[in-house]
This record gives sequence, structure tokens and C-alpha cells, in this order.
Amino acid sequence: MDLLLAYEGLFAFVGINGLLALSVYATLSCGQLSLANAGFMAIGAYTGALITLHSPGVPFLLVLLAAAAMPAVVAVPLGLPVLRLRGVFLAIATVGFGEVVRLVFVNWDYTNGALGLVAIPQRTKLWTIWLALAVALYLLGRLRGSRAGYALEAIREDETAASTMGIKTTAHKLLMLVLGAALAGLAGGLEAHYTFMVAPGGYAFGRVVDMLVQAVVGGTAAFFGPVVGAAFLTVLPELLREAGARLGFSPGPFRLFLNGAILLAVILYLPNGLVSLPRRLRRRRLA
Amino acid sequence: MTLSLSGVSRAFGGVRALDDATFTVAAGEVHGLIGPNGAGKTTLLNLISGLLQPTGGKIELDGRRIDRLPPHRIAGLGVARTYQNIRLFAGLSAADNVIVGQHLRRRASFWRRLLLLPSARREEAQARAGAEATLERVGMRERARSPAFSLSYGEQRRIEIARALAAQPRLLLLDEPTAGMNPPEAAAVARLVREVAREGRAVLLIEHNVRLVMELCDRITVLNFGKVIARGTPLEVANDPAVIAAYLGEGE
Amino acid sequence: MGQQILNGVFVGSIYALFAVGYTLVFGVLDILNLAHQAVFMLSAFAALLLVSDAHLSLWAALPLAVVFGGLVGIALERLAFRPLRGRADSNISGLISSLAMATVFEAIALQIFGPDTSRFPQDTFPDRMIRIAGASASLLQLCIVGISVVLMALLTFLLARTRLGRQIRAVAESPRAARVLGIDIDRTIAMAFFLSSALGGAAGVLFGLAFNSISPDVGRSVELKGLAVIILGGMGSVPGAVIAGFALGIVEVFTVAHLGSSFRDAVSFAVLFLVLVARPRGLLGPAAAREA
Repeated sequence: MDLLLAYEGLFAFVGINGLLALSVYATLSCGQLSLANAGFMAIGAYTGALITLHSPGVPFLLVLLAAAAMPAVVAVPLGLPVLRLRGVFLAIATVGFGEVVRLVFVNWDYTNGALGLVAIPQRTKLWTIWLALAVALYLLGRLRGSRAGYALEAIREDETAASTMGIKTTAHKLLMLVLGAALAGLAGGLEAHYTFMVAPGGYAFGRVVDMLVQAVVGGTAAFFGPVVGAAFLTVLPELLREAGARLGFSPGPFRLFLNGAILLAVILYLPNGLVSLPRRLRRRRLA
Repeated sequence: MTLSLSGVSRAFGGVRALDDATFTVAAGEVHGLIGPNGAGKTTLLNLISGLLQPTGGKIELDGRRIDRLPPHRIAGLGVARTYQNIRLFAGLSAADNVIVGQHLRRRASFWRRLLLLPSARREEAQARAGAEATLERVGMRERARSPAFSLSYGEQRRIEIARALAAQPRLLLLDEPTAGMNPPEAAAVARLVREVAREGRAVLLIEHNVRLVMELCDRITVLNFGKVIARGTPLEVANDPAVIAAYLGEGE
Repeated sequence: MGQQILNGVFVGSIYALFAVGYTLVFGVLDILNLAHQAVFMLSAFAALLLVSDAHLSLWAALPLAVVFGGLVGIALERLAFRPLRGRADSNISGLISSLAMATVFEAIALQIFGPDTSRFPQDTFPDRMIRIAGASASLLQLCIVGISVVLMALLTFLLARTRLGRQIRAVAESPRAARVLGIDIDRTIAMAFFLSSALGGAAGVLFGLAFNSISPDVGRSVELKGLAVIILGGMGSVPGAVIAGFALGIVEVFTVAHLGSSFRDAVSFAVLFLVLVARPRGLLGPAAAREA
């Protein structure tokens, strides 16, 4: 119990990062690299913050639902033209979208431009975050064995072949883009009501890179992989902070360096992420 | 189900991969498509399954035009296919590949799974059983759980056929289904194709194994340089001088 | 208006120089090298160190920093791209791998130089204004445009007329065919990376001089503009990147003049979306996907 209190902030961010990593996983699971989620997160965060600040009486659950719904709605007109694009072009288009969202908030007086909104009441509790994460995991877990789940895996493996089996590839990809947007927006809303503020700087390209790194490091072969990655990459820099400082590293660069080095190691030597480690070790021992 | 092609052409820039192709395939018929390499056979399959659009002519299923439809719509009308280069879902098991093939035959199950309803679990068990039964038909039932990439070439081809059959298609398009197989394996596939046709399905089959084609097919269409150079029963085609010239010319 | 065109050409020349390296690697490997902007940044810092600490003149520091960039590129290729070469998902894993390297580079720069902007010392470049056709430009701006144009011309010449250039183009079109022809794929790709990163590094040094502000995240904003340029120009097309770079620079300057500076970055993204939605291959990009 003491451990929980002492490290509440850490657990909270593991949960939020877990949601964000899952949001990127949503599209990765059907083979699409979408980097729009920092933008979706921003939309959710601002939506939630604005509702709370202007109508404080609205129940938190509704605020969170709005924070999830708004980016989900935006995802549709974004997805329709953009999901036609292959691989790297989709990634670029979605990066562009994320940046446009950030720029809109930077230049919008209603949301205080670059300074953002502050003094948001802390309505998020630790259990709220973890409940949201549990719901997200349940949803994605149940998706796995369903007809849609199989279709998504097929699309990831070979989209053309999947289409000749009657799978509506665009509809499925759009569905996952919308789901990812909702998860990112939810995480944004939760974070906004935990850290008291929202500002465009928190939703720049680097943010979605973090999400991607965590999803990939954790592993996208299992639906809970991204959460493992989020936990690992949120906790590790904290654990090593002492060591880093003693070696003379400032905390900011150190965390960044760890992220990059771990990502590189994973993509080169453990491409299916941390969740594939047990299987790898078992095979080694049998060999 | 009757497939009919009328004057179908496909040009790539200046090159005519297919030129004025006309023939039909009827329900219950095994129709062979043969010709030297590069004759346009796979292009034709791609046109029928909707991966390419013809630049001329029309393709019809039971009198309904399908040549402008997207692939998933054509599949929805009862068309399934295999590929020359084997396009299995490499990371999935054999059984899972076949389950994907059942896509059009399954009901959407996500919401019921979300609520943990027993009907969802039953549906899933049914899908698994169905997949194993289909794998049994191609003699691959024991390898149901093996990942597709770990199987041999011939085994993968058989799984691909099973995957196509899982959709219970009315028109089955097979692109070199016995390539890389030894004679007993190939003969088993031929027997399966006969069975499938007897069930009332139409089968269009691209093959290089000329003897198998002669024994198996009811009718044959011969392509060369994108044009149909002969059509008819195996006997007629075998004695057609144009066909003999085409094959001798290629040194086959 | 002439003044604006001049400013546009100036900014555009840097965008073009940056984009040309970006698009070269994409053309050869079919991978987006997201570490390109980090090399851009590292070369700028290298030039800065050479001038301010080693007291070299700019004319010595510039080529050294450019070569440094090229060498970083070679290391980048060896470490982050070559191991992935056989893999089926190599475009996405390559992209992620380059992202990892970019993060590492940025972390190193942050550790050494801190997050604030650094500047070249005052006397690095003579401060003179020149008048051309009714508009004025600083000597620095003219030199930057000149150097960019020369470097891009050199690359174009190299690609079109030299044996290395032919080899690079062969690998870009079909690595399998190139191998059959006896081309040393490893060496060719390494050289392509050297050229790409050297030019990216040059763009970095010139950018640092032009705006007199170098920081570890300076690559980020240019990276996104670089993406707009290579998409507009057509992925893999060097002449496309040149044209698109200048075009974007000019459009950007005009937009700022008429709509205000907050719209400056929005221009690149508007261009990006429009091209991706209407004509993904860009101006001079290939119509079909590249063969194996």
C-alpha cells in the first residue's frame, strides 16, 4: 500500500502510456502504421478540459466519453482518403495530420494558443486510469478470436489476398483507426485531468514516437504487448535515473537515449518485442 | 454458376497482356487454362477476381457484370482463388488460414464475444471444426496448428486450396495448384478438383502439367501471347495445329 | 514581390538540399530514413564546434562538417539499415530503426549541448547586403543559395554521368537485377547513404548559418517540411525534390507575407495532404511501386 502511494504518479503514467501504446497498436494490428495519435490525443485532451472548465457539473464519465468520441469522429474523414495510401505514405500523411492539429491549437485563441489551459481539476484517480486500461485490454482481447479479429490479421499479412476472400479491407482499417483515436482521446482526457493542464507542446511528434516505441518494444504479436512495453519504458528510466545521474547524464537526454537504444536493440534483435522473449528463451533452451 | 468472358482485353501501356479473350465456364465443369509462360493466364485470373480491371470487353457471372466490382464484392458473389506464388498468411497456422477463408460464411461475432455469450463460443468451435474438416479434404489435418511458413511448398498449396474451399465458392479459380508437387500429391489434388466440380461448382484451372490437364479437364482454353488460340475438349485441343506450334515453338 | 521571390528561393534552396538526400535514400532502399534530420542537426553542431572551438574558418569547417555528415550516414546504414535488409517488413522496421537512431543522436546532442539554441560566433561571416533587380539579399543568403545549387548540381551530375551514379540508379530500380549485373550492392548503398547524409549535413550547416540558431531539435521542424517536399517532388526523384524544394520555399514566403507567420508551417502540411490525396506519386514520382 505504501508502495502504491509513493509511486502513484509512476503507476498513473504507466496506465496512461499503456492506453496510448494500445492506441497505436490498434492500427498496427492490421498492418497500418498510423502516426496520427498525438493529434487524436490532443483533441481528446482539449475536449475533456474544455467541458470541465466551462461546465464543471458534467459527470466525469461523460467528459471522458466525449474525450474519446471527438477524435473518433474526426478519424473518419481523415481515414477515408488516407487509408488508401500504402505503408510509408500513410505514415507521412498521419504525421502531417498530427502536426496540423498541434498547429491549430497553437494558433487558437479560444484555447489560449501555445500556453494552453491550466487549473484543470484533478478528477482522474489512479483507479480510473487502470479501469480504462482494463476495459481497453478486454475489448482488444475479445477482438482476437472473432471474425473481425481474423480479418484484421489477414489484412496485416496480405491485404490483397484478404480482399479476395470477401474481407472489406477499408472498412476494417477505418474501424481500427477510429478505435485507436478513441483510445488516444481517452488517454488524453485522463491525462489532462491528472496533470492539471493541456498545452500543444505535449502533443508534438515526439509524443506519438513514444507511443510507437512502447508498442514495438512491448511487441505487437500479443494484444497486451504494448502495455508491457509502456510499463517497461516508463519504469526503466526511473529505476536507472540514479545510475544515469551518477554517470553524469542529465535526466532528459538519458531517458531519450534509453528509448532510442532499447528501440534499436529490439527492432534488430527481438523484432517481435518483449512478449516474444519467453518463446525465444524456451527455444534456446531446447536447442 | 456460369462465368463468361466476352472480348476481354488488358493492356499495360503498349503491351497487350490479354487480347479479346472469350470463353465460358459452366457449373460442374473443370475448365483448363493453358499456354506458354507469359501468355496472360494469371492476368486473366486477376481480372476475374477483381485485382485488375479489363481495358476492354466484359466479364459476367450468371449474366451479371463483375468487371468493375472491387475484389471483396466479387468474392461475395461466390468466387474464391489461389495464387501462382502462394499467398498464404505466413504467420498464421494452417487452420487459421482456413478460418480466414470462412470469412463470408461466418457471422460477425465480436459483440457476442464481448458479452461472453455461449453462442459465440459455439460459433468459434464450429469454425474450428469446419476448418479441420476442410483441411482433412486436402489431407492436411494433422498440420492444422503448424504455422504456414513452416510447411513445404506442396503442403502450402494444399492449404491454399483448403482456404479457397472454405468459402464454399460457386466459382473456384486455381493458379497452378500442383506446381512443385510430386505425382501422388498432384493426383490427389486432381481427384479433389473432380470432387469439387461434382458438387456443382465451376472450376477454372491454370496448369503447366499438360497430362494432368488432359485427364482432368472437361474443356480447355489455350492462350498464347494474350490471345485465345484454341478452345474445346482435351482431344480437340491436343490435335490443334496452332496449339502444337505454340508449344513446340516454346520448346516445351 | 521580387524580394519575396528572392527570400523564397533562399529558403527553398535549403529545403531542396535537405530533401534531395532524403529522397535519394528512399529511392534506393524504399525506406524513409527518419534519422536524416538528426544528421542535419549533428553536422550543424559539428560546424559550430569547428568554428567556435577549433577556430577554423567557415570555409574549412563547412566541407569538414559535410564529410562528417556523410560518415555518420555510413555508420547509420551499417548499424540500423543493413541488418534489416532481408526482412519482409523492412520498410516499416527500417523506419522504426531510423527513428531509434534519430532519438539516440538527439539525446547525445542534448547531453553535450543542452536544449537551448547555440549560435555561430559574430564574425563567422561578413555582414554585407547586395542589391539584385530591385531586391536586397545578404551576401550570406546568396552564398547559401549558391552552395546549395552547386551541391545539387554535383549530385545530379554524379547520378547521371558517373559509374557510381549508374550503379545507384540500378539498385534503386531493382536490387535483384543489379546484383545479377555484378554490382556490389553493399558498397553502392553505403555510398548512396554517404552522399545523402553529406548533403543533409550541408543543409544543416547552411541552415544553422542562415537562421543563426542551432539546437538539438532543429531537425524536427525541417524534417516535416522535408517530407512535404519529397512527397510533392515524388518519392525517389532527385530533380523532383529540387523543384519541389524551391516551390515550397516560395509558396511559404508568399503565404507568410499575405496570411501571417502562424500559417507558415501549415503550408507544408496543406501541400502534403493535397498531394497524397490527389496524386500520391507527386510531380516526378514513379507510377508503380518498385519491384523486388
